[in-house]
Amino acid sequence: MNGRRLLFLLPLLTLALMAGFFAWSLMAGRDPSAIGSALVGKPAPKLELPALREGDKPLGDALLRSGQPTIVNFFASWCTPCLAEHPLFMRLKERDGATVIGVAWKNKPEEARAWLARLGDPYRFAGADLQGRAGLDWGLSGVPETYLVDGSGIVRHHFRGPITEKDVTATILPFLKGGLGGGLGGGKP
Amino acid sequence: MIPELGHFALVLALVVALLQGTLPLVGAQRGDRRLMAFGDVAALTQALLVASAFAALTQAFVTSDFSVANVVANSHSAKPLLYKISGVWGNHEGSMLLWALILALFGAAVALFGANLPESLRARVIAVQALIGVGFLAFLLLTSNPFERLAPAPPDGNGLNPLLQDPGLAFHPPLLYLGYVGFSVTYAFAIAALLEGRVDPAWARWVRPWALAAWCFLTLGIALGSWWAYYILGWGGFWFWDPVENASLMPWLAGTALLHSAIVVEKRDSLKSWTVLLAILAFSLSLLGTFLVRSGVLTSVHAFAQDPARGLYILGFLLAVTGGGLALYAWRAPSLAPGGLFQPISREGALILNNLLLCTLAATVLLGTLYPLFLDLLTGNKVSVGPPFFNATFVPLCAPLFAALCVGPYLGWKRAELGPALRQLRLAFAVSVIAAIVAGVAIDSRSTLAAIAFGFGVWLIVGSLAEFAGRIRLGRGPVGDSLRRLRGLPRATIGMTVSHAALGVVVLGAVATAAWHLEAMQTLKPGEAMRIGAYEATLSGVENVQGPNYLAERATLVVTRDGQPFTVLHPERRLFTVQRRQIAETAIQTNLLRDLYATLGEGDRAAGWVVRLYLNPLAPWIWLGAALCALGGFISLSDRRLRVGAPTRKRTLQAAE
Repeated sequence: MNGRRLLFLLPLLTLALMAGFFAWSLMAGRDPSAIGSALVGKPAPKLELPALREGDKPLGDALLRSGQPTIVNFFASWCTPCLAEHPLFMRLKERDGATVIGVAWKNKPEEARAWLARLGDPYRFAGADLQGRAGLDWGLSGVPETYLVDGSGIVRHHFRGPITEKDVTATILPFLKGGLGGGLGGGKP
Repeated sequence: MIPELGHFALVLALVVALLQGTLPLVGAQRGDRRLMAFGDVAALTQALLVASAFAALTQAFVTSDFSVANVVANSHSAKPLLYKISGVWGNHEGSMLLWALILALFGAAVALFGANLPESLRARVIAVQALIGVGFLAFLLLTSNPFERLAPAPPDGNGLNPLLQDPGLAFHPPLLYLGYVGFSVTYAFAIAALLEGRVDPAWARWVRPWALAAWCFLTLGIALGSWWAYYILGWGGFWFWDPVENASLMPWLAGTALLHSAIVVEKRDSLKSWTVLLAILAFSLSLLGTFLVRSGVLTSVHAFAQDPARGLYILGFLLAVTGGGLALYAWRAPSLAPGGLFQPISREGALILNNLLLCTLAATVLLGTLYPLFLDLLTGNKVSVGPPFFNATFVPLCAPLFAALCVGPYLGWKRAELGPALRQLRLAFAVSVIAAIVAGVAIDSRSTLAAIAFGFGVWLIVGSLAEFAGRIRLGRGPVGDSLRRLRGLPRATIGMTVSHAALGVVVLGAVATAAWHLEAMQTLKPGEAMRIGAYEATLSGVENVQGPNYLAERATLVVTRDGQPFTVLHPERRLFTVQRRQIAETAIQTNLLRDLYATLGEGDRAAGWVVRLYLNPLAPWIWLGAALCALGGFISLSDRRLRVGAPTRKRTLQAAE
């Protein structure tokens, strides 16, 4: 076979390569909407932020290494899905006694405070990340996002988007009880 | 009963398509005229059968027949009639039926209007068209039956995806499919030519109208989709490099390349195997888009029920069509006789440059779209490729394309000189440079790149018009002389100028909107105001409105300009009660030079509502330009030379196809 003929075969070979990928993708049952998280299994990034509520102490990294599992939730008063997940955090605080750290991301503190005053405040500690700097460190792609951090400060799970009832029962509650809950999968889409 | 008739018609259509896809091929091989002629009859019959099936499904939607599962899943009795009809193709099964219908109609059109084609070529084209139809009909019947019954029938349906309940989107899919499927005809011509072993100027002359028609429809379809995204998604943007948008852009790029390379085959009997390859690729990329959207391999805002079984079927079909075509190409194309020779600096050379750049653009889009998939499978890393990638690759590649676009028409066939062409463009060049400087200094100094891109837009318009003025010797003699020349000009030339200049209009609109828009967001309580540019908008109130199948909050924004009353905008948030989904309905005030664009966000009386305002300069030009671009194509389609050799009325109809 000479070079010229090979040239005419090139489109077919390219197609075969692409088709291989497509078939692999279909067979492997991958979830294209999963984004994954680079943080899972690694120490939590810095969390040094001014307090959201007047009179509170600022947030510090020590909060994440208290020996107790914590939940870090990035929210904003302008975000609709945050509204949707809000009752779940209220319940986690009141019924399950979970330590939830709230971070108001790119949100004016007075607006975030008004939002919490109106709906109820599920956060034991709350910080203000007006510039979104902490959001960068934490690899945020938007709000809401929620991280489960174990007692030694390792991120165990990362939810992008609002948490759901299913996430609470399947992942968050087992995690709080000491198990890893749902494994290291990197979170739902 | 009627759904069963529709189902039955579909089964019959499959049988007819199988015959249509085989007998004429055998006939063409053996030179049996009766078998070849059978193709014509079969193509018409098949079109009639698929049309009956489509009518049956439409009837089920219009009368809200909730014993049909597809109607239950995608319709609701309270829906306006327009959306009951558009609901027919607003779902996977129905849209595939629309594909099959358009495919069959194109096949019938070849049979009806192809009297000037050689018998064997026509038989083969019709047969290949039918084989593609077999794939779609079998897909419908095996995996996606639109007529499936549901017992017991529920009292009402689930309603159509609210995003799709919009007049723009009602006509977006049919236009897009006319484009996608139109390329099936050029594909069929390519396969038939490879089977015949002959590609000549006559072949190119027969293919070009089909390619042109498909390209025009695809242009309109893409423009309508982009317009829809602009006003319904409420993000103020017009193109998001979403996989599905990319899927429609790739065949458009390949189709544009095909349009141009077919000219070289027609005029100079050269670039033959390349043109055949482009014809195969344009349709393959259309199918690839369908595969990507329906299989769930990539995510996108376009909601189609995703099912791996369907994904595998479409993949198999894609492999059969593309793989079959490319294998035939690898086997037969090397023996196509090479045609006329030419120098690099010539009309042919310019068109090759155009093709290289357009194909590189298509490849860039393909790579950007599929890269996340490749990377995920190879390394497990999840990435998303978005606007930054495309802005960094696609946009710079456009620069040489646009630069050369105005020079090409000045070059003669075979051998030309660059100097005289450039000299004639001196004025256009000067105007563009001045426009870029004015844009960068006076309009908006935020981005130098945007100013340069703006200059390119002006270059496309002025350069194309200058070439046109040169052709009719405007201003170089009496006006009457110019008018006489204008009348004598072939329509294809007028079409070319219109389309090329229209591209410039699109570029100006896109650059201005993307780079120079203003954006403001604020939480407003009734009585409060916000500013954007010279405008001030006061929220005078938000009221609840009851729509036919939704509830809405409708804001009243009183806009003043420099203190004078200007307009009143009514952005809405609609809650579709059946699906419990909220959709923002933007309010746009346009004067064709800029859009004042308002959306209403979350809120209540106590805290106020989030209001977003955009001031998008030249935004309407994007879609006006695209429509003009398609118009240029239609003007070119009406050229007599595309109907050469058969001056009957029938040919005129073909032109209107």
